Amino acid sequence: MKNFSFLLLLLIFFFSACEDDETPDNPNEATLQNAVNHYAELVHANYEDAHADAVLLKAKVDALVANPSENTLTEAKNAWLAAREPYGQTEAYRFYGGPIDDEDGPEGQLNAWPLDESYIDYVNTTTNAGEVPDGTNIINSLAEFPEITKGVIASLNENGSETNVSSGYHAVEFLLWGQDLSSGPGGGERPYTDYVTDGNGTNANQERRGTYLKEVTQLIVDDLQSLVDEWAPGGAFRTSFTADEELDNSLSNIVSGLGKLSKGELAGERMYVALDLVSKEDEHSCFSDNTHRDIVNNALGIQNVYLGRYKKTDGSTLSGTGIYDVLKLEDTVLADEIKTKMEASVAASQAIQAPFDQEILAEPGKTRIRTAINLLREQGDLLAEAASVLGFTFDPDDI
Amino acid sequence: MKFSQGLIILIIALLHMACQEASESPWTEDWKEEGEQFSGGDATISDESVNAFGHAAPNLTGDKDLQFVTGNSFFKRNWVTAPASTEDLDGLGPLFNARSCSSCHDLDGRGAPPLSPDEQPVSLLFRLSKPSPDIAWETIPDEHYGEQLNTLAILGIKPEGDVSVSYQEISGTYADGETYSLRKPNYAFKNLKYGAFSHDMMVSPRIAPQMIGLGLLEAIDEATLQSFADPDDANGDGISGRINYVEDRITQKKSIGRLGWKANQPSVRQQIASAFRGDIGITSSLFPEQPCASQDEDCLQSISGGEPELTEDILDRVTLYSETLAVPIRRNWNDAVVLQGKSLFNQSGCTSCHIATIKTGIHPDYPEFSDQTIHPYTDLLLHDMGEGLADGRPDGEASGTEWKTPPLWGIGLMHVVSGHTFLLHDGRARNMEEAILWHGGEAQKSQQAFVNMSKTEREAVLKFLESL
Repeated sequence: MKNFSFLLLLLIFFFSACEDDETPDNPNEATLQNAVNHYAELVHANYEDAHADAVLLKAKVDALVANPSENTLTEAKNAWLAAREPYGQTEAYRFYGGPIDDEDGPEGQLNAWPLDESYIDYVNTTTNAGEVPDGTNIINSLAEFPEITKGVIASLNENGSETNVSSGYHAVEFLLWGQDLSSGPGGGERPYTDYVTDGNGTNANQERRGTYLKEVTQLIVDDLQSLVDEWAPGGAFRTSFTADEELDNSLSNIVSGLGKLSKGELAGERMYVALDLVSKEDEHSCFSDNTHRDIVNNALGIQNVYLGRYKKTDGSTLSGTGIYDVLKLEDTVLADEIKTKMEASVAASQAIQAPFDQEILAEPGKTRIRTAINLLREQGDLLAEAASVLGFTFDPDDI
Repeated sequence: MKFSQGLIILIIALLHMACQEASESPWTEDWKEEGEQFSGGDATISDESVNAFGHAAPNLTGDKDLQFVTGNSFFKRNWVTAPASTEDLDGLGPLFNARSCSSCHDLDGRGAPPLSPDEQPVSLLFRLSKPSPDIAWETIPDEHYGEQLNTLAILGIKPEGDVSVSYQEISGTYADGETYSLRKPNYAFKNLKYGAFSHDMMVSPRIAPQMIGLGLLEAIDEATLQSFADPDDANGDGISGRINYVEDRITQKKSIGRLGWKANQPSVRQQIASAFRGDIGITSSLFPEQPCASQDEDCLQSISGGEPELTEDILDRVTLYSETLAVPIRRNWNDAVVLQGKSLFNQSGCTSCHIATIKTGIHPDYPEFSDQTIHPYTDLLLHDMGEGLADGRPDGEASGTEWKTPPLWGIGLMHVVSGHTFLLHDGRARNMEEAILWHGGEAQKSQQAFVNMSKTEREAVLKFLESL
């Protein structure tokens, strides 16, 4: 018996010696299950808000097309701006091949950028030969595109070797605001008369433009509905995501999504690139000059998930177990450090002034942007550190 | 009692062995070189994942890692039709093959040929030219189709045509009696905008290669490359590496070609600018003219996205990005079978062209890449690869049968990053084995050595290549 224990001890000793590194104990299973369940709840609530706002946007777009006026155009624009608020926060659910950006996910159709605006509608220009363009774009090429439907738009969005961006929020934005031709502050200035069909309208094919606007908005509504369905209680993705055997994997997806949005996408792609090259209109919402809100909503979306709380469009707050609680079981100091960093990064994002395309040009705007970039980069690295504490790895630069 | 003690000792011994790496035979040990796993010297990265080709060199200093982010962004972004509000990103086409760099170099990896005759190639393009009527050996662009077949175009412009790729199987036999089959490509051009190609059109298919380690290759001294060259085969080994001297648009002088399948580009910057124009239709300071052939009227009359379309800043960043992509570290480099494969690879003469170890010189822009000991497995020289691989289209001083030795570093991770194992300039080889078997001309002797190997030896060579 004594020998047997000795043998066992030896076995344990040698097996542990063979292991590459120490894997930490799993966080308390119950907390993990609660956190993943609550994440699914939060994602669902956020997509429901985004969907509801898109439905409202569709109603305002319908009203604009039915009765074009300064007033209906303004109402449609306001509905678009409102719809961007919940959607911007949902970007925290990207970058792990979830329903939004798995192989057949709608991300590219919903939010792709830069928009191929002159592929959609007229733009103000002349050709190399000094002639007014012949209107070769979807709205103005009747022969090539006899019918404009959401199906046609969706298929054209994939025309060519890859996406030809002609759908999503920024397509609607372009059709409401128009090209941003200003060199100073100010967004696009499309007149409501672009939708007037009684013969007194501006720019040709007003009816087809109205159809495009309605159909492309409906496509947003449809795509968001599919996301709401996947994340609904009993929904296909949610069921597997919250299943017992998937919890570790889901935790890894959640945290890596936050880190990648924070460092690679938001701090890198969306902010540093524009700042680095002082590139005009190198910003997401260039027609409406709403990029400053895109930044805040992304930063907020990250914090929502980490803290397990989300402020709904109706003003109520959904709160529950967050990633913070899971991490705290393993490393209190790091959990709090990330919490503090997120408060700072959200505040720094809110401090960036509109419009973004003027903020990048000179001080003190450049410093405000650089401050937010640095905090979001540090935040991404801290989330990668959190990942290794939780037993997995990811690269926050890899988007 | 005795039994238990014996058992314990046995278990200890067994477990101890399991913890150690496989024991090495002494002769393979001789082939082990300390540090050879760091293929890119200090610019080597440790990653075997799908993103293995996408990292910045870890030794970059200053703001270069942030500029790498900007470069990466423009490498991935889609260019749009001019004019657009995002004015730095417009000017696509009018004729083009892709909307972004990454649509062909996805994840900075290697492109693949179409899988069926109905599928249009994306990362396989076709260079075109005709013999010059004035000067023998010189080539000129086609007056209708230019220097490259552009299979896509912006709205209102007709693309130049479609390609249908099919293959013919050719069988062969190893010395040990095992058979193999190679596939020879056939290209049918359809829906051609200006009708069938003229009878003297020369067509060269080119697949998009991986992007790693390019700054290190730029840092190799001219004198080093000249020391590899043996244009008249003075040493009588049957291998006559030649330097391709090409026009350097930056210095306005003839320079050593280092990049491209025929070493027709002298620098990463010129390679990038050339691809922006040829593949995406984006003009730049180095290539200001639109990619329209002299008699392609609707192309010539379309809208430009600026003069030039590519800002100097963006060219700077994309160049930096492409120069600073790190080389992944080797896996299993000291495995006994891998070392056996390495010895066979050497003894078969493969390393006469696929040179294993090079010391870089001074890179003017990147001290990070200067004086590095690297293992690129290339000499950057042109070699006659035989009729089987010939495209029959001269390119600079490269003849119709010559190709540049491509670097082999990273090829073992190609299937992870790019999801396939298609090799050679047109992707005809389905794997490394077929790529070796296609070698002809100056490489015929090495190819024969491979054919004459035993199956175990051939597998060791492949195992070695997979470790790169």
